[in-house]
Amino acid sequence: MKLSMLQQSYMNRRSASFRASSAPLDSSTDSTIKSPAAIFWVLLHGLCCLISLVLGFRFSRLVFFFIFSTSTTTTLYMTTPFPPLAKTSTNINDLPLEIPVINRTLSSSSRVVVGRHGIRIRPWPHPRPSEVMKAHQIIESVQREQRIQSGVKSPMTVIVVTPTYVRTFQTLHLTGVMHSLMLVPYQVVWIVVEAGGATNETASIISKSGIKTLHIGFAQKMPNSWEGRHRLETKMRLRALRAVREKMMDGIVMFADDSNMHSMELFDEIQNVKWFGAVSVGILAHSGGGGGESSSAVAEKDVEPNLSNPAMPVQGPACNASNKLVGWHTFNSLPYEGKSAVYIDDRATVLPRNLEWAGFVLNSRLVWKEARDKPEWVKDFDLVAENIESPLALLKDPSMVEPLGSCGRQVLLWWLRVEARADSKFPPG
Amino acid sequence: MRACLWVFAVVLVFGFVDGKRVERLRTERISGSAGDVLDDDPVGRFLLSSPVRTLNPDEADWFYTPIYPTCDLTPMGLPLPFKSPRMMRSAIQLISSNWPYWNRTEGSDHFFVVPHDFGACFHYQVDDQSTQCYQSPQRGIGNSKTFEIQYNEEKAVERGILPLLQRSTLVQTFGQRNHVCLNEGSITIPPFAPPQKMQAHQIPPDTPRSIFVYFRGLFYDVNNDPEGGYYARGARAAVWENFKNNPLFDISTDHPTTYYEDMQRAIFCLCPLGWAPWSPRLVEAVVFGCIPVIIADDIVLPFADAIPWEEIGVFVAEEDVPNLDTILTTIPPEVILRKQRLLAKSFYETCNVIPTTCATR
Repeated sequence: MKLSMLQQSYMNRRSASFRASSAPLDSSTDSTIKSPAAIFWVLLHGLCCLISLVLGFRFSRLVFFFIFSTSTTTTLYMTTPFPPLAKTSTNINDLPLEIPVINRTLSSSSRVVVGRHGIRIRPWPHPRPSEVMKAHQIIESVQREQRIQSGVKSPMTVIVVTPTYVRTFQTLHLTGVMHSLMLVPYQVVWIVVEAGGATNETASIISKSGIKTLHIGFAQKMPNSWEGRHRLETKMRLRALRAVREKMMDGIVMFADDSNMHSMELFDEIQNVKWFGAVSVGILAHSGGGGGESSSAVAEKDVEPNLSNPAMPVQGPACNASNKLVGWHTFNSLPYEGKSAVYIDDRATVLPRNLEWAGFVLNSRLVWKEARDKPEWVKDFDLVAENIESPLALLKDPSMVEPLGSCGRQVLLWWLRVEARADSKFPPG
Repeated sequence: MRACLWVFAVVLVFGFVDGKRVERLRTERISGSAGDVLDDDPVGRFLLSSPVRTLNPDEADWFYTPIYPTCDLTPMGLPLPFKSPRMMRSAIQLISSNWPYWNRTEGSDHFFVVPHDFGACFHYQVDDQSTQCYQSPQRGIGNSKTFEIQYNEEKAVERGILPLLQRSTLVQTFGQRNHVCLNEGSITIPPFAPPQKMQAHQIPPDTPRSIFVYFRGLFYDVNNDPEGGYYARGARAAVWENFKNNPLFDISTDHPTTYYEDMQRAIFCLCPLGWAPWSPRLVEAVVFGCIPVIIADDIVLPFADAIPWEEIGVFVAEEDVPNLDTILTTIPPEVILRKQRLLAKSFYETCNVIPTTCATR
């Protein structure tokens, strides 16, 4: 805007010569005396009007500012836009007149000025990576606090019991459970009981989790039949509970079989358990091979988990209208009579037990030797036999079980058994 | 316009109000974007149901005079402040001629609610030729009135508070230190934010706060000050120019329907000054648990003795706006969590006193 610069300097030169006889601002426009000075002021005023019409801002104010900035000092109040402006490289207005107009209210002594200010832009107005990281950390801490505020007030440690053994799909299943556990927002202790003794393969998988793990080796080898596997798994789980008892671990014990799928809401829901709770388990019973059976099984898996919908069977607590436990939904194995898998690498449907261990959670103090408020309807752990079907056998009175997940209406985890053929190998690396 | 004056003059309420109690009042916000310019008088409603209200003027210590000087609107729907001094003068003339209480104390025991941009510094209609000249040819005739508003604000600030009101107590939303429009003894109250609307837009409190900084509003007032530099003293424009490319800053001029929901999902809410330093964003931020970032030099915040503004909000000087992201990210997380806890507490404290006008949670 060179034109304005020229005009400005011109105006300055012209007005400078009149500085000595400069009248106060307010009275200048009211003058009606036809003296040369007055005529000059009128002409000057007209010229200012023309300039501002062209340029679109109040030019004459600026001129008066220049005049009065040298003569008067009492009305000079400036916020300091100059030093920061010197650092800015660009400005939204390319006008050279980024000068604040002085506040002409003589009565106030405000630090803040009414009038045109510069728009401060720093030299590189883009986000800095270190600050973005810090901001994300702040967001994370705020969300953590929110979870604490709105969620469980005093979260208990989740003690997860997983029986496993080395086989083709072990990495697949165990990694799935591991990733679910890594996402749990509470303290987790993972007790992995391995049939056939503790091995390095299993240890290497679970060491990647970053959560506290307890790797227990169980001397017996895993048998080849599903019947034998179920029995051995029961023994392994009881071995884990013994470890909980010996170490006096405090928390909520849940049974996460390595091929099951767990939802995140499950871990939030089990925090509500007092002593012994039961959740609904969706049963994904399918046949290992191809054919018409498996396609219908696939369709079953896609259906919304719904107790009234028979497409996906659900195991869990059954409640009456007043939300009290009255019985159990169990798996109906009649349609699969004679067609179920017997050996682990069979291609027929694998059937669950009547009530799977995965659907139960218990307070770890139930298995302790000495616990302060342990209820009387729990058997002493040492007296429990080794061939129990489900944890309900730990209780003298099964009606004291607390149904979780809005009385069993919510399916919070899914049971699945998928194993490879005996001669297959998991891809290395 | 005349009708409005008469309605309110007839509804004069004489009340005895304890000085301290008066501080807890709220009032309506007068602004074009609020949309509820002609809302009921919440202050009057609150006083009518207050236990300290009396209808007998002889036993009253304070007199409340509800006058709505900006009740006329421009053709664009914005409040028309040009007739305010005249309206105020006629109203005072009415009450002084009909009742002896005004003249008794020269109005020093009357209080008025002036929720305008600059409190009781009303905008004046300017008739002289000089200001007409400063219109740019780009502005059409329809905008000539709005153009005058900008400069008339400076003129209103120049002329100060209406002389008739000099002795009365003013309850206003405007507050700036050492400013001619804030008398000593004036009471600063929070701007009005509609409680029903806020309540209707609540979301579950465990929704994670994922927006770092949130702001919706103008950065440049294109009607009155398109080049920038006058509106908000350049602070809002500086926010836009520095942070429009920053993904942490969710700022725009949109008017989303999810405005209140978004505030509840944000950690910081910017409350920069506009033409005047106050804005309802402050109230909305406190209600929704979003930490207010106040960018207004020398602002006087309402209820400063009851609400610890320094502890619940972040104050940023207008000259530090380019470094806003650095300032906000260097606040330690513990301080932020503490501020959020205090926000929840302050909300309950202030709203317990005015149950009828506050949103409940």
